[in-house]
Parts: sequence; structure tokens; C-alpha cells
Amino acid sequence: MADVTFTVDGKQLTAPKGTLLIEACRKAGIEIPAFCYYPGLSLQGACRMCVVRVEKMPKLQTACTTPVADGMVVTTESPEIAQARKATIELLLGNHPLDCPVCDAGGECELQDMTFKYGAHQSQFVEIKNHREEQQWSPVVYFDRPRCILCYRCVRVCGEGMDVWALGIQNRGSGAVIAPNKQDHLECEECGMCIDICPVGALTSGTYRYKTRPWEMSHVSTVCTHCADGCKTTLGVRRADDGMEIVRGDNRDKSGFNNDFLCIKGRYAFDFASREDRITQPLLKQPDGQFKPATWDEALDFAGKQLREIRDTRGGKSIGVIGSTRITNEEAYLLQKFARTVLGTNNIDHHRTADYPSFLAALKAKGQKEASIRDFADAKAILVLGSDPTEQHPLLAWQIRNNVRNNQARLYAANHQDIKLRRQATGFLKIQQENYGALIAFLAGNEKTFEGNANAAGFREALRKEESIVIAFGSEYRGRDIEALIAFGAGFPNVKFACLGDYANSRGASDMGLLPDLLPGYVPVTGAGSFMQEYGAALPQTAGMDMVQMFDAAGRGELAALYVASADPVKRFGVDPAALKNTFLIVQDMFLTETAKLADVILPAANLYEKAGTATNTYGDLQLVKKAGDKAGVRSDFDLIVRLAGHMGHDIKSLVPFGKGLLADFGQSRGTQSGEADRHAVWLTAHQLELKASPFDPFAIFDEIQRLVPAYDLPRLDLMAGNDEHLKSDLVQIQTGATRRDLVLPSNDTLFTSGTLGEYSQMLHSVMESRKQSPAETAAD
Amino acid sequence: MAAENTTIFSPQLAARFDRLVTLYPVKRSALVPMLLYAQDEIGYISDAVVAEVAQRIGITELDVRNVVSYYSLMRTKPVGKYHVQVCTNISCMLRGGNELLHHCSQRLGIGHKQTTPDGLFSLEEVECIGACSWAPAVQVNYDYHENLTPESMDKVLDQYRAKASK
Ligand code: SF4
Ligand code: SF4
Ligand code: SF4
Ligand code: FES
Ligand code: FES
Repeated sequence: MADVTFTVDGKQLTAPKGTLLIEACRKAGIEIPAFCYYPGLSLQGACRMCVVRVEKMPKLQTACTTPVADGMVVTTESPEIAQARKATIELLLGNHPLDCPVCDAGGECELQDMTFKYGAHQSQFVEIKNHREEQQWSPVVYFDRPRCILCYRCVRVCGEGMDVWALGIQNRGSGAVIAPNKQDHLECEECGMCIDICPVGALTSGTYRYKTRPWEMSHVSTVCTHCADGCKTTLGVRRADDGMEIVRGDNRDKSGFNNDFLCIKGRYAFDFASREDRITQPLLKQPDGQFKPATWDEALDFAGKQLREIRDTRGGKSIGVIGSTRITNEEAYLLQKFARTVLGTNNIDHHRTADYPSFLAALKAKGQKEASIRDFADAKAILVLGSDPTEQHPLLAWQIRNNVRNNQARLYAANHQDIKLRRQATGFLKIQQENYGALIAFLAGNEKTFEGNANAAGFREALRKEESIVIAFGSEYRGRDIEALIAFGAGFPNVKFACLGDYANSRGASDMGLLPDLLPGYVPVTGAGSFMQEYGAALPQTAGMDMVQMFDAAGRGELAALYVASADPVKRFGVDPAALKNTFLIVQDMFLTETAKLADVILPAANLYEKAGTATNTYGDLQLVKKAGDKAGVRSDFDLIVRLAGHMGHDIKSLVPFGKGLLADFGQSRGTQSGEADRHAVWLTAHQLELKASPFDPFAIFDEIQRLVPAYDLPRLDLMAGNDEHLKSDLVQIQTGATRRDLVLPSNDTLFTSGTLGEYSQMLHSVMESRKQSPAETAAD
Repeated sequence: MAAENTTIFSPQLAARFDRLVTLYPVKRSALVPMLLYAQDEIGYISDAVVAEVAQRIGITELDVRNVVSYYSLMRTKPVGKYHVQVCTNISCMLRGGNELLHHCSQRLGIGHKQTTPDGLFSLEEVECIGACSWAPAVQVNYDYHENLTPESMDKVLDQYRAKASK
């Protein structure tokens, strides 16, 4: 739109026509206070904090509802304005409890800040304050009514942003009060958006409420460990007896592609980390079947010796390795390197939730582009095939909803269920579960009709008129269906694709070669040339066993050893425990999972919040993972792999090329609070190694990944600064795809489940228990 | 949409509602009239009324409650057979409205927003009911009684009591 020119506080500014004065000022660095205004939500004009003087207008104007106009002359600070704002605050404080010393928001409260600035420290009111007890509305949401300043941000973000509409306003005037949808409690998505958006401490969370003061925490921004959308999250950590405890998750700094969005899992489901029953000592299984704590040296010596002996006597082919979808890229990479170079086996796999190899091969074959999660925020049109984003990809659903609401994007969706996102859809096609493949043939015009559905033709016609579109598809599509889908999509003049997997680093696990037939970057094991050169070692050249084959082999007594890093395949794949009775099993994990129970050696592992590295979301956005929490007695998977190799007698310098180049980690990626630096120092000195670049440095491995996997060769500086980088997936050199066995097993997680981690989150459990299953209510017209 | 056999309203009212939702460009414009008619028939806005109205209009029950709680003329508890609404707004106040309210309270033995044990009368102090010229005024259900004194008020109450016992 055309620009207009206007003057604010004597400065000449320009902004596109229609821009709100408050936004134009903020862009120019002029801060206008606001309680009710919130970018991206509808305008409320309720609080009068944003008043400014506009020349030729009789009264003070609200900057949050006034669009800029040519020649407008505005004053944003003057005695008159300060007086008006002060009066507003005085009224707000009229019935405010002023319990700031115990309020969760104390120190981070917009009302405090404004009172500090405008100084309404005296009150003309003598009336007794109206007190109401705090109410618990759900396991997540608590409401302290007297603190509420009626800005309605919570009501709007829940309705407009989340499309849940669970909060309302009852009564009127000074008696007005925020009310939950079920009269005395809430039934909602428990995202906590309302809590974080509340400018004061009226809405508080079951997780953080009365737990600490904001200034007692350190804040670390890292990546959510739950679904594959990879939201950036800021974790508030506090010193505890046994390390650093995570007490809060939010993204109030709006950094990252998720802006201030997090779902319940990112915001509250970090409680697994501080559970009492975490494994914090290595455990060895005794002949009587009981686990006995052991020292690190005992456990690693034993595990290392056994592995070495099995390798030397029965060969690498008799050993299997199972990796995780929630470890860093560096760990996944290192695990496959360990398997292939130290153990000498290609028997390596992970729980696959999407067929990324077929996807990337199809993209490559058709010369098509992959979509970043950012693309969904401003795409003109979006097609979602399969999946239920609201449940499985909450951030994707948020991006789509906002794009539809704020930019009038057109959403098309086809699904076998009535997914909630259909409310935003321009076109929705309900299909049979087995017809996802047939749907593509129909959309591509190869079929005249589809399921005898009269609406299908209209859907196709509208869809095919789009010129610029982003297509996301769920695990309903694999192999040849993906090939067909990409071929169909390639017909749009401007198109990008996204393949939806399930876990935080599902994509990384696949990209980093936790696959029996593919090396990092999807290089086939048969063509490992560049890898052998880099590693200076021979690699096994025939494809190994996949997950299913490994357990079959174990059942036949042909798998002598299995090394499982932070995964629970026994539970996820329903493996018969008896199958593993003749297999030497090493498991590293946080908890005594079904798999860990069968182990001979258990090594206590750290989770994604307790380590540094990088992770890739399902859209190919690479982000930095930083260490936030810490638990005495546990080690990162990276650390454990290196140590295990060391105890097998392997030269760890050939595993982690540390000390090469200038990009080493000097401790900065680990956070100040970890105490890990000391542990390193002791270990390093004992091994006569240099202190400045350690074998536990994930960035030594990241260097190697960048050398060997062209798609990951991205600008490092931006990444280190906390920005996301989109993979150069067009550089993936993959040929095979559709003909591989995909072995995809969708997690079928909902908003309140999260694979193994979810089982250990008390918060997710209590939400599910408190919920009487009721169908989602519809929005108002 | 609410089939007649599942509605909590009389067939006449249900039919009226069926039509009401078709009259406005957006359905929710029918909300306030619907609630008032429902209150007249059921006596108050019960949970069942909220549920059915929400369903008929296609909005959430929360939305309905937001509106109900906004208007003081909508009530969520039953009232007496005769709902005595005494105005104490400015004109009536100047002409003895407060005394009238006090008198009613004494006579009926109930206070503001209370109901007599026999369910016959309930009392409410209200704002201007638009009968200022004949203040002080009282509204009983939909009937007006004007230029009242404590004595004439007694007669009004007796009238209703007699009507009830017929
Ligand atoms: S937690 Fe989320 S869904 Fe629930 S009321 Fe708050 S904003 Fe709405
Ligand atoms: S609860 Fe918080 S966000 Fe909601 S209206 Fe009150 S002050 Fe605003
Ligand atoms: S949407 Fe996914 S990545 Fe984002 S907070 Fe939720 S679980 Fe975490
Ligand atoms: S921010 Fe403008 S009125 Fe509240
Ligand atoms: S003031 Fe009583 S009717 Fe108007």
C-alpha cells in the first residue's frame, strides 16, 4: 500500500497507509504504552493507556486504534498525556490487591512498569477493596480475579489465536469478570497462551505459580523437545540441590518462527526432567535380575569390553544400534559414526514417523522446494493432506489460523477425520482413510470422480486455480504416494512442500543417517567414498538390518548385542521381551523404560534440555539447542557415545575430530551453570588431552556434518545467534526413495501425549485426567 | 437444528424461535429476544435454556452466559409467581421509592432478589422503568402500578394474593 508521511514528536516518519499509529511509532523506536493492544489480535480500545495528542483532534486519541494519515502531527509524551495515563493507572489500581511481593508477575508486570513510569503512587480511593479468592480452572490455568485489569487479551488470544473460545466476559462495568467456558472450570487446549499474554498476574499457571521470583532464574533459549515443529522456547532455570531445575517455559521474547506461541507441551511438559525416578547412576544387571548401581568406570568398562569382544568374535553384523528422535543432530550423527566405524555395522535405525527419504528423493527428482515453517505464516494458499495439525503440529495449526485470519490466506484440507482446522478451510474434503493415494490421482486430473463425492470436483477446481501454494502432508503419504503427490504439486506455478513427521528431531535422525541403508545426507552405504576419506577408515558397504529385522534376528538368537540410545523400541514397537534374552543390551535413558528394564547395562542420559547442539524440525529448519537444565549424575548421549568408544579402546580423536579448526566450543554452548566444564577438565587432564577443545564438543561434530552433508552447510553465525536456518534440501543427493521399505510408524500423539516423554510428564497426565472428553465447540459467527 | 421433540420450549415458542433465527443477517442477533421469550416461558434462564439457545444460534454456551450476565433484566434463578420490581431511581427516589421498597420488604418478609417461602412473591430493586411521570412506580411482572404510597402498595399486594388463591 502507498506510504503516508506524518510527524511524531517532531520526527518525520513514513509508514504504509492503514498502519496503526502505535505500530508505526514502535517501528520507529517510539514506545507507546499499551495494555489492551496486542499485535495480531483484534483491536479492543479498552484501556486508554496509549492515548496521544493528535493535532486538530479535540481530545486525546488512542494510538492503538488510530491509523496513520498524511500530514498527521502527533505528540506521544507531554504533561497532559502523562496525567491522562496516570489517571488511568490510578483507576486500575483502585481495586488492585497490590500483592506484588508474592505475585508471579512481580518484576515482569506491565502494570508495575507503568506505575513506576507514571507514578500513580497515591490513591484518592478510600473504599475497601473487593477481594475474591483465587480459582483453579484447570491443572494449567489459575485465575486471581482482583489482579485482572480487564484488557481482554486472554479472551482474544484464546478465541482468535487458538480458535478455542474458552474465555468470556461476564457482568458489566466494574463488575465485569473473565469467565471460563464451563462456569467453574475450563475445558480447553491448555496452551497457556492466555497466561503468558496477561500483562499482570491475574492468570497464572499450575506449573510456575508461587514457585519462584523472575529474577531468581537464568533464562536459556533452546528448542522444544516434543513435537517436530521445533518451537523456540526460553527455559527459566533455577539452581536445585542436584543441578539446575527447569521451572518455566515460554517464548515471551518472541524470537524464532513461533513468535510467542507454544502449546501445552512446550510450555509446561518439561516436568519429566525433575522427576524423582530419573536414573542418575549407571546400573548393572545382576544374575538375579536386579539392577545394582555401579561407578561410571565399572559400567563403561563392562559395556565396552563386552561390545569389543562381541565385535571381535562375532563381527559387527551381530550388533545393532537404535537411535533416538529426540537427540541432537550431532548425537545422531555421532551414533551412526560410532556404529559404522567403531562397531563396524550398518544395523542402525530409529523410530521413523515420516518417509523423509522418499520425500527428499521426490523433491530432487522434480526439482522442487521444501517449505520452512515460516512459509505457512504468509503463504497465499495452503493445502493440508492428512495429519491433524491441531493435535500433532500445534505450531503449524497456529501459523495457518493466523495466516487465514490476518492475511485471508486460503486453506484447503483433505482428511478422513473432521479435523478442527477445517473451520479455517476454504475447501474441505472428507475422504476415506484408504484413499489418500487415490485423492492425488483425482486432484491431478487422472480420475473424473472421487468416491462419488459431488463436492470433490469443486474442491479440485478451486484448488487448481491457486498460483502459489504450500503443501503439507502427513504420514498417510509414503513412498510412491509421495512421488505422485510431488509430481501433482509440481503443476502449480509456485509451490513448496512439507513432510510432517512426529518428534522433535525425527528429521535430524533421518538426515543424520540413523538408517541401515543411508549415511548422513542420504548417501547410500554403497557409495560411502567421501565418508571413508573423512573418517580415514573403511565402512561396511552393504545395507544393514532395520528395526524390525534387528528384533527378528534377536528372536533367532542372531543379534549378540544391541545399543539403544534414548529410545524405547520395546514399548513403541511392542517387541516381545523374550526376543532379547540372548542379546547383550546397553540402554542409555532417563527412565527405566520397557527397553531399559531388559538391559544388561543402563547408562543415565540427559534429555534435550540438558545438552547443546542443533536440531532440525520436520520442515528442515535448523536451530541451536542450548543447555538449560542439569541433573547431577547424568550425561548427554554425545558424552556417553564418546566414553563408550573410549572404553572399547577406540581412539576417540578419530571419532570426534576435536582440535581441528577454529570453530571449537570453549564452553559457551553449555551455559554457565552446568559444572560440566570442571568435569571435562578432570577427564581431559587424566587423558593428557588439550583443554580448549574437548571430545565432548558437539561443534567439532557439527563441523564434520557441514563438511559432509551439503544441505547442512549453512551460515554458522546466524545459527549461533539463535536464528533458524532453512536447510538447503535441494543439495540432498538422494536417488532411491519410493522403493525402500519405509517402516513408518506414526506416533499418533495428541495435544496431551508425547511418546515416551509424555508418559513421564505429570502435567500432561493431570490434564488428561481432568478432562471429560467433549467435542470441541464451534466459533461464534 | 432443534427438532420439536427435543426442545424444552412449548411448540409455539419453538416454532417462533425457528423463525427468529432466520430474520437477521447474523444468527446471533436473535440472541437477546430469544432469551427474553425463553425467560417469560420458563420463568428464568436455566442451564437448559442456555444450552438450547446456544445450540439454536450456533454459538458457545459461554457466549450466551456472557450476554445473560450483562443484562440485569435477565435472571438465572427462579422468581416468585409475582415479581415485584420497585424503582428507586432518581424520580422515584424523590417521591418515596426507597420507603416503598422498605415497606414491601417488611410486608413480604424478604429482601432484594429474594422470594417468599410460598413462592408467591419475589422482590427486586430496579433502575428506572420509564414511569417517572407517575413516580414512585412498581412493576409486577409486566404490569405497572403508579403513584404509590405504602397504603396503596398494600392493596396492590393484596390484589395479587387474592388472584393467586382463586
Ligand atoms: S490455556 Fe489456551 S485454550 Fe485454554 S483458555 Fe487459555 S488460551 Fe484458551
Ligand atoms: S486476566 Fe489478564 S489478560 Fe485477561 S483480561 Fe485480565 S488482565 Fe487481561
Ligand atoms: S507445537 Fe510442538 S514444538 Fe511447539 S511447543 Fe508444542 S510440542 Fe513443542
Ligand atoms: S492500548 Fe489503546 S486503548 Fe488499550
Ligand atoms: S425513576 Fe422510577 S420510573 Fe423512572
